[in-house]
Amino acid sequence: MKIPPPRVKKELVPLAVVMAEAKLDGICKPPSSEQCFVVGQTVSAAGLVPTARSSLTAQDKRGSYLARWNIGRMSFIVDPGLYALGAPDSSSVVVVTANYKMSFDQLRAALAGRDCWILVLDTKGINVWCAAGKGTFGTVELYDRVVESRLAEVVTHRKIIIPQLGAPGVNGLDIKKYTGFQVVWGPVLAADLPAFLDNGMVADAAMRRKSFPLAERLALAPVEFVQASGKIFLLILFFLLLSGLGGKNIFWAAALEMGFFAVLALLAALIGGTVLVPVLLPWLSGRAFSVKGMWAGLLSYLVVVAIYLFVWPDRGMGRVEIVAWLLMVTAISSWLGMNFTGASTYTSRSGVRHEMLRAIPIQVAAGVTGFCCWLAARFWIS
Amino acid sequence: MADYFQYIDNVVSLKLNPEICIGCGICELVCPHGVLTVTGGKAVLVARDRCMECSACARNCPVGALEVAAGEGCVRAIINELLGREGDCC
Repeated sequence: MKIPPPRVKKELVPLAVVMAEAKLDGICKPPSSEQCFVVGQTVSAAGLVPTARSSLTAQDKRGSYLARWNIGRMSFIVDPGLYALGAPDSSSVVVVTANYKMSFDQLRAALAGRDCWILVLDTKGINVWCAAGKGTFGTVELYDRVVESRLAEVVTHRKIIIPQLGAPGVNGLDIKKYTGFQVVWGPVLAADLPAFLDNGMVADAAMRRKSFPLAERLALAPVEFVQASGKIFLLILFFLLLSGLGGKNIFWAAALEMGFFAVLALLAALIGGTVLVPVLLPWLSGRAFSVKGMWAGLLSYLVVVAIYLFVWPDRGMGRVEIVAWLLMVTAISSWLGMNFTGASTYTSRSGVRHEMLRAIPIQVAAGVTGFCCWLAARFWIS
Repeated sequence: MADYFQYIDNVVSLKLNPEICIGCGICELVCPHGVLTVTGGKAVLVARDRCMECSACARNCPVGALEVAAGEGCVRAIINELLGREGDCC
């Protein structure tokens, strides 16, 4: 990958020139008022601006909850553009966010009771930080929105508050140069905005740090779980089928002989890699997520084996089968754990690449060896 | 507690050229992991291994004193990159 270009790619025209040439006529399109959170219209010097409700309704919360489970997550969006919150006037602060509705909701809920303008960028429904990394929450998009919303007419001051996590995509100096607006880097979390505003737009050190608390890791687990569960389900079908083809019984009886434990083992891998890794992240040994995933898989596998032997003592289980699943469960869980780097808040691309190049061969070797052991147990031993 | 979240050491691509740094402090402001601090009129990499290569500092450095191979620390994006495919994560 390349170093981010220090200057914007698109040829930006200074806002003063755009305004002097009256190119703004006809391009001002306020965002749709036909959105569930719009409660009215606010009069600004550049026309009517939709007013957003600052409290979250049951419908808003339901949408966020479903998105956390990966349902409708990519279409959970807000029409980009300028919104009013409370009763802002030409001296009110301007806060910028992404058009992922959860980002927008957290912002307006954090600013309840305050009068301000919210400028929503078109990030294709992606949150601020991820979109900044991709460049959609970026200098050019911000410039376009400032021009299109006629922000320079709406407010008399020249400051816009950008979330600090938008900095990977936004060059504050270019924004100042081309729009006249000075970028003020807001806190990492929207929830800290009231304190930031009350403190004269200064964030303390804690507000500038991105932490990764348990609540946040837990909130991310369902998406990981749902995304991986489809593949695990296919693996379950695959092992039931293979188990059914072996043995001496008729298909369904044979499928359950070794397929039953396969289901439990694969669920152990799924829970280890997508639930235990996020939840136990600080306590799992190792820096690499693949190592943490391996430990999480081992832990959930041991629990499943214990439950199996305790609840179904008569079903029995071969030693080769136990070892086969030990290898496969830890390999899958390690892979799933490694995938959690994408959702975590502190892993670097170089680090992920570093661990992938080392972990994937081991994961593949463990998985293939485990699978061969399982095949041997099903078709040759016994 | 803060050090619980430290990723793999000695892998990040972040480079600071102190020769051209003007000590404006914007990097210290935008970094979400406290990697840089301005001391004695120059930025210093005080916790280089905590860098996650988000490129916020490099993007906003007015003199180009910071360099980082930016990108998302995401398995799918890297697989796509290794296979020469388009596409990314999230």
